[in-house]
Formats: sequence, structure tokens, C-alpha cells
Amino acid sequence: MRLLIIEDDRDAADYLAKAFREVGHVADLAADGEEGLAHALDGQYDVLIVDRMLPKVDGLTVIGTLRSKGIETPALILSALGQVDDRVKGLRAGGDDYLPKPYSFSELLARTEVLARRRGGREETVYRVGDLELDRLSHQVTRAGTEIVLQPREFRLLEYLMKHAGQVVTRTMLLENVWDYHFDPQTNVIDVHISRLRSKIDKGFTQALLHTVRGAGYVIRDTK
Amino acid sequence: MTLSSAASASSAASAPDDSHGWRMTAFGKILRTTTFKLTLVYLTVFVLFAAFLLGYFAWNTRRLITEQITQTVDAEITGLSEQYRQGGIRRLVLAVDARSRRPGSSLYLVTTPAGEGLAGNVGSLATGILETPGWTETAYRRLDDFDGGEHHALVRVFQLPSGFRLLVGRDLEERERLRDIVLAAGRWSLAIVIVIGVAGGLFVTRRVLRRVDAMTETTRKIMDGDLTGRLPIAGTGDELDRLAENLNVMLERIEALMHGLKEVSDNIAHDLKTPLTRLRNRCEEALRLAEDESQYRAALETTIEESEALIRTFNALLMIARAESGQARDNMTEVDAAEIARGVGELYEPLADDKGIALKVEAPAAAPVHGNRELISQALANLVDNAIKYGAANGTHANGAMPEILVKAQGEGERILLTVADGGLGIPEADRSRAVERFVRLEQSRSLPGSGLGLSLAAAVARLHGGELKLEDNHPGLRSVISLPRAGVTQAAA
Repeated sequence: MRLLIIEDDRDAADYLAKAFREVGHVADLAADGEEGLAHALDGQYDVLIVDRMLPKVDGLTVIGTLRSKGIETPALILSALGQVDDRVKGLRAGGDDYLPKPYSFSELLARTEVLARRRGGREETVYRVGDLELDRLSHQVTRAGTEIVLQPREFRLLEYLMKHAGQVVTRTMLLENVWDYHFDPQTNVIDVHISRLRSKIDKGFTQALLHTVRGAGYVIRDTK
Repeated sequence: MTLSSAASASSAASAPDDSHGWRMTAFGKILRTTTFKLTLVYLTVFVLFAAFLLGYFAWNTRRLITEQITQTVDAEITGLSEQYRQGGIRRLVLAVDARSRRPGSSLYLVTTPAGEGLAGNVGSLATGILETPGWTETAYRRLDDFDGGEHHALVRVFQLPSGFRLLVGRDLEERERLRDIVLAAGRWSLAIVIVIGVAGGLFVTRRVLRRVDAMTETTRKIMDGDLTGRLPIAGTGDELDRLAENLNVMLERIEALMHGLKEVSDNIAHDLKTPLTRLRNRCEEALRLAEDESQYRAALETTIEESEALIRTFNALLMIARAESGQARDNMTEVDAAEIARGVGELYEPLADDKGIALKVEAPAAAPVHGNRELISQALANLVDNAIKYGAANGTHANGAMPEILVKAQGEGERILLTVADGGLGIPEADRSRAVERFVRLEQSRSLPGSGLGLSLAAAVARLHGGELKLEDNHPGLRSVISLPRAGVTQAAA
């Protein structure tokens, strides 16, 4: 995946670029809004990571300008402002995701990968991972042909995980996308929901599909 | 108009005049006030009105007098021409002679067709009067008047059939005196109105100015940093009082905000520096003592954990400050508290179940509140989180039943109550108000994780929505109630 990181803090930008390169991605850097805009207009990127407060042209304007020119490269906004209304402002300006500082790299990586993959825009009606099947229209879930009965929220949780099958999703991403909450619930309530779901889809099968990624989140994948 | 220009001229003159010092400046200040300018406008209107009234009265009276004169003169002419008709010119001359001798303000003159005077009391007339029959206003001199003063009269010249002319008139002194009286009255009343008006204006203005000065004085003190100052209220309930009351409410709000800000910085200093020191010590210790990679790794992992807890505390602090400053009020819409209760209950139910607690939600009817869904959800989540952490401390009940947490959303009159009730140890009554304060973690909870800000955040969110957080005894256990105004009911500013 090719990334453009527009961030004026040199240290933070270098650290991010290095970390992305370590996991096998290509990362370009831009130190201010003007340079970032020029790069984004020229190059082919899968995801833009844009700091909200930038010298010369601020982050939201950069994204707004790109969108007005018909460039739909997914953009993730990094910001020191983390409140709900700031997030809404960021998304309204054309951002696709919003991550308040300070963030962990695993969280940023997971979100970036989801954004890059989303570009295909393929919305299937049936998700399949191994022998697990989820039908989004009939709300039916089967594993190896046997029907699994899920609560509505469990269904949406599984739906989100399967939509991003093979990709790590973090607890915050689940809380935001499945529950639509953007606050920190203090205790790891998500873990308990996951373990319930796991007991329904993995219990009694030799092949586990739902995995915990330590220090990052969860991933549903067929390891065979 | 002349008045106001005179006023501004004197105020302009007062400015550079140092010899009169403060008094003149104070006078100039009065002249510049809105009240005084308003007085001048009123004064002008009043003077114009009085002048109009007086003018109208004078004009009408003058008309009446003139009418009376013409009637009298007409009657005399009718009488005299009757004499002439009966006894010829001789009889007329006699009659005119007799009437001329009577004292009074009537004028008579009989002349030959050539214009020679035969009888009457007129000494001299303006030329040409006798040649024009009908009504004329003219200057004249009486025969018996030797001091030479000229008078004015309204006269009528009547042509007799034989060519003789008869002039009858009446002195206009009466009418002129009336004009003088009206003019004098006008001058005096104008002077009196202006003096009283200006004096009244100055008096009222000084009173208002004194109160405004007192307010300015207080404001200056407040600007110097003393936020405890309040504007004086005269107790008359007038517009200045209302202004002062509103400003005082505003000052209270500002003071509370400043206080909150100070508290936040104090708390940040106190409660963030402690874990930061711990973090640093741990790193130093690892550098000093760690011998292999695994020990470094362990030290780094705890460092990240600690920093995460720090970020969490920091976020909660910012959130509270934001809720207390009222900024989040922009994003409020009508939300259903029952739905919030169900949502939060659903989020925490598995966690409670995991800990052997039955979490139940009772939210049968819609409970509309005007607010921010995220914030209310977070406040309720904090209460549920607390209940799960501390409410289970009792363990299972004596009869072996599972401990229970009840989350309820219900309407009660004009309020919507969001209740979280547990059967745990509760909070002793003496500690309840302290528990809502920031960073207070009661003795029994020291061993459990958390920023200690959950209840403070819930309280701040409740206040932001014009409600409150109450902690009550659940016999046994704790019952936390967020009471919010029902949407659609006009709510008082929080």
C-alpha cells in the first residue's frame, strides 16, 4: 500500500514512515499543507494520512480541495482535538476516518489498512470466511451448513469483522462502527462481546476463525 | 436646536479648562450622556408644542377682537347714516361731535366731498385713506392728543349719498396689548420651561450617571482581577437593575468557569504529575537494573500501559472541562433516554454477566431529552461501569441469588430519570457529595482500576443538560440518578 503522510512534526512523521515501511508499505512524507496537496495531486496513493493542523494550508482544506477536484483517495485525519464535534467537522470536510492524538501505531495501521481495502467498494451480499457464511439480506449465519443463532448486535459485530476479513480491527473501531459510540468505556467491554461471539462461531470446531491480535485487536481469517 | 449646540459648546469649552478641574469635566460628562441628550430632545419637542399652543390661542383671540371691532364700527355707521338720512349733514355733524367728545377708543371723522373735515376727533391720517371706501388699517393721530404719539386703528370709510364721507374706526391698542402679553408670556414660559427642563435633565442624568459610575467602578475592579465583585442593585427593579442583575449572573458564570479552569489545571498538576513521575522512575529503573531483553520488554510494556491510563485520565479531564464550559451545547438534538439506557445496558450486559451480575434494563416508554447522545451515553456508561466494579463487592446474596444491577429510564413529571441501582456496598452518606468531586476515589475503591473521574464526568454531563446527578441509598447498595429536563419543557439555563 502506498501512503502519503502529511504531518508537520518531523519526528512523528519519520516515526510513522519508518513503522509503515517496517510492515511492508511505501510511505511518502510532506511537511506542510501546500506540499502535501501537490504530492496528493501528482502521485497515486492508496491512503492519505493528514494532520489536522498544518502550516500554510490546514488539513481540512487540503482534503476539501482534493475532493473538489474529484480526487477520492481515502483520507484519515489525525488531530489533537478528539471531541465528538471535531470529529464530525473532520468527516464533513471529506475525511474518511478520524483518529485523535495520542494514538497507538497498531490502531493507525488497522484503520489505514481498512481504508485502503475499502477502495474496491465491493459490497457483497454474502460474506464467507472458511466454512463460515453470513448472509446480509436474510440475516442468516451458518458454519459448515449448521445455522448459528445470533443476537442483532452479535450479527452486526460479525458482519463488520467479516467485511474486513483478514484485516485487524481494533476495539475502538468496533465500538465506533458496531455501536456508534465514540467514547472510552473504561473497561474493555468489547472483549466480552467478542468472547461471546467466539463461543458461538468457533466452539466445537477444530479450526478457530476469530483471532485476538495482541496489543492491536481482532481479526477473522481462515488460517488454512 | 440652539439649545443643544449651546450645550455642546459649553462641554467643548469645559474640556481644556483646567482651572475648574474635576467639576467641569464631570459637567461635561453629564452633557454627553444619553439621558441628557434625551432630555434636550424632549425639551425641544415640548417648547415647540407650547409655542404652537400659545400661537394658536393668540391668533384666535386676535380674530375675535377684530370681529368685535368690525361689528361695533358697522353698528355705529348704521346709526350715523340713519341720523344723516333723517336730519341731513347738520344732524350728522352734531351727532359725530357729541360722540367724539365721549372718552373711549372710537374715531370719527366727517368730511366734505372735497375732503375738508367738518367734525370728528381725528387729527391726522395717512394720506389716501379717505379716498378708499371700506376697511383699512392705518396709523392716525387724535385731535386731543398733544404728545404726538402715533396710534393704529381699524377704520371704515363710508360714502354718504351726497358725496360727504363718514369715517368710523376703533383704536387697535387693545389688540396690540394682547400681542405684547402673549409675547411676554411666550418668552417667560420658554425661559421657565428651559430652566426647569435643563435642571430636571441634569438632576435625572446625575442620578443615572451616579449609578452607572458605581457600575463602572465595580467593572474596573473586576477587570483588575477581582472576580468576586458584583454590580450594585438599587432594588427599584428598573432597567438598570435588570441590566445589573443579568451582568451579575454573567459574572457568576464567568467566575465558575474560571474556578473550573483553575481546578482543572490544579488537578492536572497534581494528578498527572504523580503517574508521570512513576512512569519516569520505572524507565530509569529499567535502564539501571535490566539485564536482558525480556526485562526491558516488560518495563516498556508497563510504560505503555501507564501512558494509556494517563491519556485516559487526560481525556476525561478535557471532557469534563468541555462539558462544564457548555461548549457541547451546540450539538444537542432531541434524543430518547430510554434508547440510551437500552444501548448502554446492551453494551455492558455481557461484562456484568461475566462477573456474575445480572444487568437488567427497564425502559418501556420513550423518554425524550434535549441533549447529546454520546455524552449522556458516556455518563450512563460510567455509572454502569462503577456499579459493575463496586456493586459486586458484596458477592452473592445470602440466599444465593445473583447480585443485580438495574438500569432504568423513566419520566417523572417534567423530568427524565436515568437510574443505575446496584446491591453492593454503596457509598456512606457522608461521602456521597465528595464522591462526585474530581479525582476522589473512596478508600474502598483504591485497589480497582479507573481514573476516579467517572462520577465527576457524569455530574458534569448532567449539569450541562440542565440536570443533576444524585447519589442515593438503595438499601443496600448505591442508586445513582441522572435527572434531566424532559424535552419540550422550557428549561432554565444551567
